[in-house]
Amino acid sequence: MTVVELKDVQQKYGQMLVLDDNSWQLGAGQVLGLFGHNGAGKTTTVRLILGLIKESAGQVKVLGGCPQDANIRQQIGFLPENIMFYPQLTGAETLHFFARLKGASNKQVETLLEQVGLSAASNKRVKTYSKGMRQRLGIAQALLGDPKLLILDEPTVGLDPIATQALYELIGRLRETGTSVIICSHVLPGVESYIDKVVILARGRLEAMGSLYDLREKAGLSVGVRVAGLPENFTHPAVLSHNILDGQWQELRVAPNNKLELLGELLKCNITDVEVRPPSLEDIYCFYMEQAGAVGIAGVQ
Amino acid sequence: MNQIIYIARKEFSDGLRNRWTLAISLLFAVLAVGIAWFGAAASGQVGFTSIPATIASLASLATFLMPLIALLLAYDAIVGEEEGGTLMLLLTYPLTRRQLLLGKFVGHGCILGVATLIGFGSAAVAIALLVPDVSFSVLLFAFGRFIVSSTLLGLVFLAFAYLLSSQATEKSTAAGLALGIWFLFVLVFDLALLTILVVTEGSVSPDALPWLLLLNPTDIYRLINLGGFESGGQGLGVMALAGDLPVSQWALWGCLVAWVAVVLFFAHWRFSKRSA
Repeated sequence: MTVVELKDVQQKYGQMLVLDDNSWQLGAGQVLGLFGHNGAGKTTTVRLILGLIKESAGQVKVLGGCPQDANIRQQIGFLPENIMFYPQLTGAETLHFFARLKGASNKQVETLLEQVGLSAASNKRVKTYSKGMRQRLGIAQALLGDPKLLILDEPTVGLDPIATQALYELIGRLRETGTSVIICSHVLPGVESYIDKVVILARGRLEAMGSLYDLREKAGLSVGVRVAGLPENFTHPAVLSHNILDGQWQELRVAPNNKLELLGELLKCNITDVEVRPPSLEDIYCFYMEQAGAVGIAGVQ
Repeated sequence: MNQIIYIARKEFSDGLRNRWTLAISLLFAVLAVGIAWFGAAASGQVGFTSIPATIASLASLATFLMPLIALLLAYDAIVGEEEGGTLMLLLTYPLTRRQLLLGKFVGHGCILGVATLIGFGSAAVAIALLVPDVSFSVLLFAFGRFIVSSTLLGLVFLAFAYLLSSQATEKSTAAGLALGIWFLFVLVFDLALLTILVVTEGSVSPDALPWLLLLNPTDIYRLINLGGFESGGQGLGVMALAGDLPVSQWALWGCLVAWVAVVLFFAHWRFSKRSA
């Protein structure tokens, strides 16, 4: 089942074209990473999916319907970037208020408060919460009503590494239950093992789309092979570059299809350790930004 | 309908929490009891005088206070939500802008209604308990009409507050605009009418001028409250024009309700054009 479908979507603010010719789909139980430089059109895309704005051209469908419909919105959970709540309400009051609007039960409020570790602080006013606590309350808010589509804009902002890991694990569990998730983030490390599909936007256009594997293949980026105990005179025609990391470790870069051949040669040289590092999401992102000529905009050096 | 109730409930409980309701109730109660007993002190008379005189004094006071309080209560209803970062989140819920606006209107309206009832009602109770030979039916009718019309006047200015709040991009701008609306309808409008009357020296049709009073909700409110008595200070200032107005009390009530509906309609229209 297609949960989100964008077909030839164009969005203009006045005369300014901010999104052009965007077409992609997200299936049930898939996790999609929506990436792009500042001003690439990520927020506009999210606002279109949430039904906050109407597309200038093309079509946006969410769960088979129009995102402005109340019954569709009922099934969407959203965590905005830098979430803010009513400071005068307590955490529990906040969740109860949003739960009523979503038609979620009081029992779910208690469960979610416990799930995000805010049970003890649930009777404290939100204005006394730290940024991380507000973010966790925001995550609980987004999960109200068991949404079929969850949109998380910069979900790890303010979270400590343990809470970040817990969030990623939660996303993994949601994926297993058939919930589709869209993650917009600038923090790329850590997220890549949880996403099924990547959409990269540059200057409002869809620059790349596909699974991480597909994008790695298309980009053809070199693979890093880190080796400990490599003989000084080691050479191999497949090696594209050779960097000394410290006294023991060296990094060799090879084309992906030469990786196994190189590993075979290395194993013959009495090396003490080896690590293979495929191109990271960050490498892929930078590659497509360079390809789009958006390096200056993205701030990628 | 449920969504409207949920929003209204939150606004009302916010009003209780931040003591708006208590403050307005106390203010109205102190002023209303004070006016009922000491309203005629300037003419050397202390103590309760009459129901029409008390209502006339209270209506004059409420003409200034109700619009100001309503505008203060709701000037940041929309722009404040946006500045606070909650408007966008709310609009991602199964909640239309119409429901959000109506919910706020009902919630704020309840705050005004409760505060007016407690505040001005306390004066009625004091009169009923402390003044001998007062007609309860006259007292109940006069104060009932006064309390309902005062609340209605407050609702008109609540609607104005939503209109301004939907237009403004910053809370401070909305506050400035609210003050402007208050000046326009409470102070400037009547002065402008009188000025027209004097400057034109009768060249403007005298039949048309009384109708212009209907363009100001505070004048309609005063007409409702002063018009029901034989002598209640109706001949003062611009209200002297009202004697020529061939409009029934029911029509005046209708006009005040129409003011609420029209301004609220424009507030919704402006809010629907605003990006979240």
